[in-house]
Amino acid sequence: MSARGARTLVAAAVLGSVAAGAAACSDPSKPGAAGRSKDSAVVGVAYEPDTLSPLLGYGKDGNSKIFDGLLTRDADMRLRPALAAALPEVGDGGKTYTYRLRKGVKFSDGKPFTAQDVVFTYDTILDPKTNNPSKGELDAVRDVEAKGDHTVVFRLKYPYAAFAERTVLPIAPKHAAGNGDVNTGPFNTKPIGTGPYTLAGWSKGEKLSFKANPRYWGPKPKVRKLTMAIIMDDDIRATRLRAGDLDGAILPPNLAKAFKGEQGQKTLAAETADHRAVTLPTGNPVTGDKAVRRALDIGVDRKAMVDGLLEGAGHAAYGPVPTTSEWFAKGTERAHDPARAKRILTDGGWKPGAGGIRTKDGKRAAFTLWYPAGDKLRQQHALAFAADAKKLGVDAKVESGSWEVIEPRMKRDAVLAGGGSPADPDFDLHGMLHSSLAGEGFNNMASYDNPAVDAALEKGRQSGKKAERKKSYDTVQRELAKDPGYIFLTHIDHLYVIGDRWQNLTTQIEPHDHGYGTGPWWNAESWQPKQ
Amino acid sequence: MTAARPLPYTAMARMAGRRLLHAAPVLLAVTFGVFAIAAASPFDPVKAYAGTAGMTASKEALADLRANLGADQPFAARWWDWLTTALSGDLGDSTSMRQPVAAVIGERIGWTMLLCAVAFAAAVVVGTLLGVLAARRRGGLLDRTVTSLAYSLEAAPPFWLGLLAVWLFALQLGVLPAGGLTDTGTDTATFGQVGSHLLLPASVLAVSQLPWFVLYVRQGVGDALDEDPVRGAKARGLAPRTVLFGHALRSGLLPVLTLIGTRVPELITGALLIETVFSWPGIAAATVEAATGVDFPLLAALTVLATAAVLLGNLISDLLYGLADPRVGFDG
Repeated sequence: MSARGARTLVAAAVLGSVAAGAAACSDPSKPGAAGRSKDSAVVGVAYEPDTLSPLLGYGKDGNSKIFDGLLTRDADMRLRPALAAALPEVGDGGKTYTYRLRKGVKFSDGKPFTAQDVVFTYDTILDPKTNNPSKGELDAVRDVEAKGDHTVVFRLKYPYAAFAERTVLPIAPKHAAGNGDVNTGPFNTKPIGTGPYTLAGWSKGEKLSFKANPRYWGPKPKVRKLTMAIIMDDDIRATRLRAGDLDGAILPPNLAKAFKGEQGQKTLAAETADHRAVTLPTGNPVTGDKAVRRALDIGVDRKAMVDGLLEGAGHAAYGPVPTTSEWFAKGTERAHDPARAKRILTDGGWKPGAGGIRTKDGKRAAFTLWYPAGDKLRQQHALAFAADAKKLGVDAKVESGSWEVIEPRMKRDAVLAGGGSPADPDFDLHGMLHSSLAGEGFNNMASYDNPAVDAALEKGRQSGKKAERKKSYDTVQRELAKDPGYIFLTHIDHLYVIGDRWQNLTTQIEPHDHGYGTGPWWNAESWQPKQ
Repeated sequence: MTAARPLPYTAMARMAGRRLLHAAPVLLAVTFGVFAIAAASPFDPVKAYAGTAGMTASKEALADLRANLGADQPFAARWWDWLTTALSGDLGDSTSMRQPVAAVIGERIGWTMLLCAVAFAAAVVVGTLLGVLAARRRGGLLDRTVTSLAYSLEAAPPFWLGLLAVWLFALQLGVLPAGGLTDTGTDTATFGQVGSHLLLPASVLAVSQLPWFVLYVRQGVGDALDEDPVRGAKARGLAPRTVLFGHALRSGLLPVLTLIGTRVPELITGALLIETVFSWPGIAAATVEAATGVDFPLLAALTVLATAAVLLGNLISDLLYGLADPRVGFDG
């Protein structure tokens, strides 16, 4: 290399870095919410779907943007027809559901939507070769049949009152999704649906963007372009919201608080069925003891948890059914009463022992309580629970681990669990409490076993009459209060901060898993810009 | 430079061929090892695949999944299956990405290569430059500054540098985007968009690789300056600049050629960390997901790629060394 060469090199390097610096300084690529056009919205979510194919589980609870289900839910969680022309007719004692389909609907590629697409979607999901982990939700289905182009009949194995709630599941086109491997084919990343939006781009790990579907059968969305930025880290999401990079985002209570009272920003608290509860395994002699269970149930200070851990954004929980739900059994609220809790323990044979921990027949009132490592909210709940238990003379030893560590211990050790599906009481109650699912994966984690509850659960899911169902689920909740196999602590609100540019934003009652289908953008297609 | 002499193509080709033969058993052993380690990990491929849906999944659904994913077979059998289909040109399907492995890698590798190439080129050029400047007056202010800075950077983990850069340039100064390939509201990857988003991650990756080049060049050029031929040139009254760049740099750069090859593994791991920090849509996210999801086909393909890159890096640096210093030859 010559001296001249080296000089040129230095010059080039200096010039290059200067140019880069200058470009960066003059970069006007920080649009800011105010500068963005009225017909687009960018929101930050913490979750990314694995696939965009409904056949593998995408959008199974509705609001998938790209697809429509036969039915959909409104802001009050009432079922409304979508691809169906009306709510289904239920026959054969609750074992057949007949849907008449909306006519003239086209997929975004211009091909018509017919009953064949519905049959294809459900048949494919139920095919053992399809890797859809949620297929158990359609367990009741015996077969699906098209009667002509515009009628579909579902025949069930048993009468199932909550079945219509499952048919918000998105419908995939047979002509496009039927080609190639359902588990790994191109439809997973290049979906085609009938919904209000089509996929404009998916940069994995970064964002999903949608644009209005010109062939949509419903009213034209005012938000023509919707971007979901995937930002796992809460702090980074808050920072990007503040920087104007996002119009809205989901935030934990402590970060949402900082936006309170800020000009042009609105905070929405979504009511949820998202509970936090301590499982009390039946197989453990301490947690399986009815006196211990009942004492803990009234010995925990739920209000302190809502006020302290959730900063008021949530509700005390007495079962999977939120106290604000129409299905909640009024009168099953339990007041915080440590004095009575201690009496129950003493009457149950648990006498004060060494170190303030009670014992019965030489057995210490002690058990291990696990929470998944890294989940701060569950950690706080676990520690608050353990502190309350300690005051009663019960030693809950809090430990953390990955689910791989926790799962094999769930039959003996308590776990700080979370979950919740708001659409129908059957979904949570049956999974968590029915003895047939005891110890089956994460369903009945406490191995709860109560014949009265089992009977009421069966009746609740089979009865066609709402009043009868209500009575059954009231029974379940009363029985649970008498023998609490789980200590339900809180239902946590989900908080969203969003630029105040649209009218009358709402949220639905949200499930435990929340991401792109929940939040104020559950119905982004119906948003109306403020003038 | 001297007059062109014909390159020893046959010797070089022989060396490349020998290395290729060695690569086959290495790749076999590495992929087998990856399958074994993944199988021994506590992660369950079925649980990883089902994700949050697995929390409420029925026993039957999970059993179907286990059979479909082949997770019920011993890892040696899965490795053999993978190997035979891969040799026929089919890399299989990625379970964590729900896509064929070839598609996953195809849409990501370009961005990773862009990031690595820019960062590596910058590290070599800037590192050489700083090294030469430091060697010119060893013990001087510039030398001491550059050297101590290089040692500190050598100790700094790349992800920490990345977070620091995000904090400084994206949050405090607000001059560069914090991550991604394009702005959040933009979908088209234009030259300007990608350029401004590339600057920060590429700079951090370059800075994390820089110290080795600086220190090697400084040492090499410094030693060369003390050698007889260089001192002779100086004594003949040649301009200091000519001596530095024409004589000392040429022999001082020899160790750097070896360094280029040996830096490749660290460049790859550095790129994985940097990509994660900056949400760069390269193969890093895929690698992490493949590992935690026990996604055998994707994991194996990525391992083969990384191993091949390392072997290729070694081959290239050996070839360059052989060319630069004919005494070494191409026997390795």
